[in-house]
Amino acid sequence: MLAPDTRAAHPRRTLLLTGLPLLVAGLALAGWAFTTEVVVTIVRMLLLAAGVLAAIAGLGKVAHAVCGRAVDVVLWLGIGWLTFILGAAILAPWLPLGNHDDAVAGLTAPIFAQPGDGYLLGTNNYGLDVFSRAIHGARTSILVALLAVLIGTTVGGLVGMVSGFVRGTTDRLVGIVSNSLLAVPPLILLIALGTVLDPSVRSIAFALSLLTIPSMVRLARANTITVAEREFVLAARALGASRMRLLRREILPNVVLPVLSLAVVMISVLIVAEASLSFLGIGIQPPQPTWGNMIAEGQGGVMEEHPYIVVVPSVCLFLTVFSFNLLGEKAQARWDTRSAKL
Amino acid sequence: MAGSGTAHLRHDQPRALTVDDLVVEFPVAGGTVHAVSNLHLDLLPGETLGILGESGCGKSSAGRAVMQLPPPTAGTVTLGDVELTGLKEKEMRRARARMQLVLQDPVSALNPRRKVKDLVVEGLEIWGWGERDQRGKDAFVDELLTAVGLDPEVVRERRPHELSGGQCQRVCIARSLALDPDVLICDEPVSSLDVSVQAQILNLLEQARERYRLSMVFIAHDVAVVKNISDRVMVMYLGKTCEVLPSDGLERTALHPYTRLLLDSVPRESDAERRGEPAKAVELPSPIDPPSGCRFRTRCPLATDRCAAEEPQLRELRPGQFVACHHVEA
Amino acid sequence: MTAPTTPLLVVDDLRTVFHTARGAVRAVDGVSFTVARGETLGLVGESGSGKSVLGRTVMGLIATGATTTVTGSVLLDGQDVHGLSRGRRRRLWGPEVAMVFQDPMTSLNPVKRVGTHLTETLRRHLDCSRAEARDRAVDLLRQVGIPEPARRLRQYPHELSGGMRQRVVIAIALACDPRLLIADEPTTALDVTVQQQILDLLGSLVEERSMAMVLVSHDLGAVAGRTDRVQVMYAGRTVESGRTRDVFAAPRHPYTEALLASIPQLDAPPHTVLRAIEGTPPDMARPPAGCRFAPRCAVRHDDCAGAMPALVPLSMPLSVGSPAASYDREVACHHPTTSAAFAAPGGPDGR
Repeated sequence: MLAPDTRAAHPRRTLLLTGLPLLVAGLALAGWAFTTEVVVTIVRMLLLAAGVLAAIAGLGKVAHAVCGRAVDVVLWLGIGWLTFILGAAILAPWLPLGNHDDAVAGLTAPIFAQPGDGYLLGTNNYGLDVFSRAIHGARTSILVALLAVLIGTTVGGLVGMVSGFVRGTTDRLVGIVSNSLLAVPPLILLIALGTVLDPSVRSIAFALSLLTIPSMVRLARANTITVAEREFVLAARALGASRMRLLRREILPNVVLPVLSLAVVMISVLIVAEASLSFLGIGIQPPQPTWGNMIAEGQGGVMEEHPYIVVVPSVCLFLTVFSFNLLGEKAQARWDTRSAKL
Repeated sequence: MAGSGTAHLRHDQPRALTVDDLVVEFPVAGGTVHAVSNLHLDLLPGETLGILGESGCGKSSAGRAVMQLPPPTAGTVTLGDVELTGLKEKEMRRARARMQLVLQDPVSALNPRRKVKDLVVEGLEIWGWGERDQRGKDAFVDELLTAVGLDPEVVRERRPHELSGGQCQRVCIARSLALDPDVLICDEPVSSLDVSVQAQILNLLEQARERYRLSMVFIAHDVAVVKNISDRVMVMYLGKTCEVLPSDGLERTALHPYTRLLLDSVPRESDAERRGEPAKAVELPSPIDPPSGCRFRTRCPLATDRCAAEEPQLRELRPGQFVACHHVEA
Repeated sequence: MTAPTTPLLVVDDLRTVFHTARGAVRAVDGVSFTVARGETLGLVGESGSGKSVLGRTVMGLIATGATTTVTGSVLLDGQDVHGLSRGRRRRLWGPEVAMVFQDPMTSLNPVKRVGTHLTETLRRHLDCSRAEARDRAVDLLRQVGIPEPARRLRQYPHELSGGMRQRVVIAIALACDPRLLIADEPTTALDVTVQQQILDLLGSLVEERSMAMVLVSHDLGAVAGRTDRVQVMYAGRTVESGRTRDVFAAPRHPYTEALLASIPQLDAPPHTVLRAIEGTPPDMARPPAGCRFAPRCAVRHDDCAGAMPALVPLSMPLSVGSPAASYDREVACHHPTTSAAFAAPGGPDGR
């Protein structure tokens, strides 16, 4: 009944035979849709999407055939993209990139150069290199998001853990504060903070971290309460463990993973939030690039003439957020106590 | 079963553990749960006291209250000659370490993220290793694991989820023994285990008691299991004591109607001959609003008006056998 | 309708395999048995023995799918349960076969009233009016010994005690007069004194309705007094089967014998050293070769790890008073024990 050898060999060939053509056809379709001007934009978009999906499906089959088991291609593409964009962002100062923020030097460069004409992804209205700005923008956007998540996770996680562990009045106070933070619409909170704080990376990160703290507190608190009721905590108390030790040795290790999984999802939320702030002009100020203020450059009819000005940062934003979300979801499925059986 | 009273206490002998007038109550929506009401017990050095009862009789609450986890609503617990109730947090933790707890579900009693070798010596990590160096520590871990019948080479580096329930319970017992306690409180230590593994753990507890000269409180619902391991058995119903009696021959000597009911409920082959109308379901009384007088009276075949009005006290009906019932006589 | 002489339930070489990330778990691995009309069969085993999966597979609740393979046959009154379409199979549940599960809290829907549970089942299968269904529901609750049945109909499951809930579950199972009742650890979640009541109730219902019952349990005591025949399972296979009285009086498989000996006896003096079975039940993703009990068996021989012993009939009656013709006794062991064979009936010995 089970004949693994023949069964494995046969589908492998089938997988390759269906996967490869699908991949090639998908890529071709996407490429054609991207460059052609025969059909209207909306149809091009749909064809592009179809091509990309087909290519991913094809790649999935090819990967299955090569690795001998089903592979989550989308996840690996996401990880690949994140590696690329994070690597580029970190190395940006040392990479041979074009002028990204010196408007004076940009005076001598062509403005709104089309992609390809000596500039990989063209230039903007100040003659600054869009590709270079996208990379440097990633640097700022991701840095702000990571910093904010770091603050939010540490503060929110600790506060949530302590309030879930000691309960009582502390817990009630923490509950009131975090619920009030949740009750204020985030955008209004950010705009209010934006008017008070100077628009530097540090203060934007601080402002954004306020958005993450309440949900972190909630998650850490909920997980702490579940863990604290489990018998191994009782057993440790019976051995004479102090409260500090209980928190550090018994509870923290069981709470940290679900909190980190949420942190990954939070990164993507904050990248979007930062982009919105910059788009509205209350975030990082131009000419220092972020994806948000790069997209804002497309306002006032620029986008219709020069779509790449908006497309480049948008695609970067989309791919990064999508990848972080995917990663966060996988992490939550694996580590969040509410879904995992411990 | 209202049974209160202190007739069964042995004031004239040195006692490892004394519990006086223990009360455990906790608030719930709609009232207060009277989990344990005026419980008295004592434990001689080297003795095993079995506490027998069904769910909701307060046996687990009593065990935990003795450990001060959480401290009882009222009453005193004296370990050796140290009164635990009223000690400061730090002193309490130290005094309590002379008493250890073995819980029902061994898998969840172990932190899933830690290894066996760290779990068994957790108590020593807390209270200090004395003059052992690293080699001494490793040897001690191996000694403990061997003492509870585990192969150190196999289990030392494992995490709880990689072990079976029986193996986890052995780790829990090893961890309790590491601190060289005087009193071991076992709260249903075998009821989540398979029949074949249950016997292993019962034998192990029996060996450990002798080897480490422990006094033991063994809490369980299974009459045969409790009888096998105990010297003396206390039967509880709805937070009160019904009967205290020597375990030897208890299936014949037990007098309290509730103890008899428990004994009759043990399934046996002769059940095949039981014919006739099966019992009607009865509404079990709630620990939020326990019956007046004798708490067992709503289910008792001997109940009279007196049982509702007056709470029976423990009386010594035979030497060493104390029964809280108005009606039975030896 | 088949002739009443044929057994009600015929299970032949049933195998249930779960395909997990760790490999194929053969939860039930080639089990056969029959249940005659009105007969009670006990399926005994520890956790991981496959007894619960077996009960569910017989019921048709576990069907072949992406992660599960079921082979072999289950003939219920001549109908192959696994050969039926989903809809036809669902029509068996109720009038032909019904099941009582271990945990009465989770097998009742917490947001439905007791009455709704009962009348829904009745109206689905019996095509009766709302009022008739209600009357029958009251009657059923009375039959399972629930006081004030009319009031109970309006209550929610959480308002009842555990024993009362299990009675409701039994009433639902009986609603359509099944010919076979599969009770999967029906008393495990209940208190000792209530367990006895529920077993008494099941016993008398089975007798009144001449219903057949398969009682799945880890509690040897419960099975001993309540079943006509017993089948002992270990690691997905049957190790021994026979008339309950014979098996308990003179176990022939070392596992059955050791299992009986490992239970503390009420009439033994305190501090009796128990005869424990060493080791732990096997990992069902990687069962041992040969006899699955061999690694834990106190009387294993060299050949035990080699070939898997088949379940073969024992010809010689060993207990007094069973004529050879009716002696239906099977053991899967290369070296069946004889030590307890002449022990006094009524209890395991060998301490």
